[in-house]
Amino acid sequence: MIKHYEISGTDFANGGEASSDFKTVLKKLGVPMDVIRKVSIAMYEAEINTIIHGHGGTCDAEIMPDRVVITFKDSGPGIKDIDLAMQEGYSTATDQIRELGFGAGMGLPNIKKYTDDMQIETSEGKGTTVILTIKL
Amino acid sequence: MLLSDIRNILDAKVLTGEDEAALSAIDIHMACGCDLMSDVLAFVKDQALLLSGLINQQVIRTAEMMDIRAVCFVRGKVPADDVIELAKDRGIALIATEMPLYNACGILYDKGLRGKDK
Repeated sequence: MIKHYEISGTDFANGGEASSDFKTVLKKLGVPMDVIRKVSIAMYEAEINTIIHGHGGTCDAEIMPDRVVITFKDSGPGIKDIDLAMQEGYSTATDQIRELGFGAGMGLPNIKKYTDDMQIETSEGKGTTVILTIKL
Repeated sequence: MLLSDIRNILDAKVLTGEDEAALSAIDIHMACGCDLMSDVLAFVKDQALLLSGLINQQVIRTAEMMDIRAVCFVRGKVPADDVIELAKDRGIALIATEMPLYNACGILYDKGLRGKDK
């Protein structure tokens, strides 16, 4: 089963709708709550990243018998230095985003913490794809 | 600690319409005082209360992802109606106190409501 979501790059207020919807899907399927929470946190952080850094994109969330795989794709500026982006506290977010409670440089570290695997493919000026895997 | 007791201790207003019985049915085991939503997302515990000075939609979304049962807004801040409606829709109770964040957290801590150790 795959759920597809369009992530708006300008509608920060509604950011998190995809993660919210997918959480409901996992609940209906009877997935254990501790797994749902891991998926929700990682997906929400990635969704917010897609909005504030990728300027919007797409999300495909697939439920398989043994795992959940969530792919976020954007056509934004890409990540210049992944090692730096993975460091807790490093962020390129604007002051406006920080005032909204994000941009503390915890997004990618939090995603890594709550997933079993995280793959990032990025190219400067072309965009970023982030693939999250959480075992069921 | 029951949310009804927290409401009384912080002299808070209830924004999402729960009556006394509904507030008494929400048992809070742990609290987190924070304006950084990514820090909240790193804090995983059940039956938690979030105290925050932020009043935007993402506070409710963050609470939703973390299964946080209630949010207390501090320093007399009250969110817009659409934020309150989102919380109602997601089953998250909202209260608001005039106290600043530090004092609200300190008073609840003193009454026995603790946070995550690490």
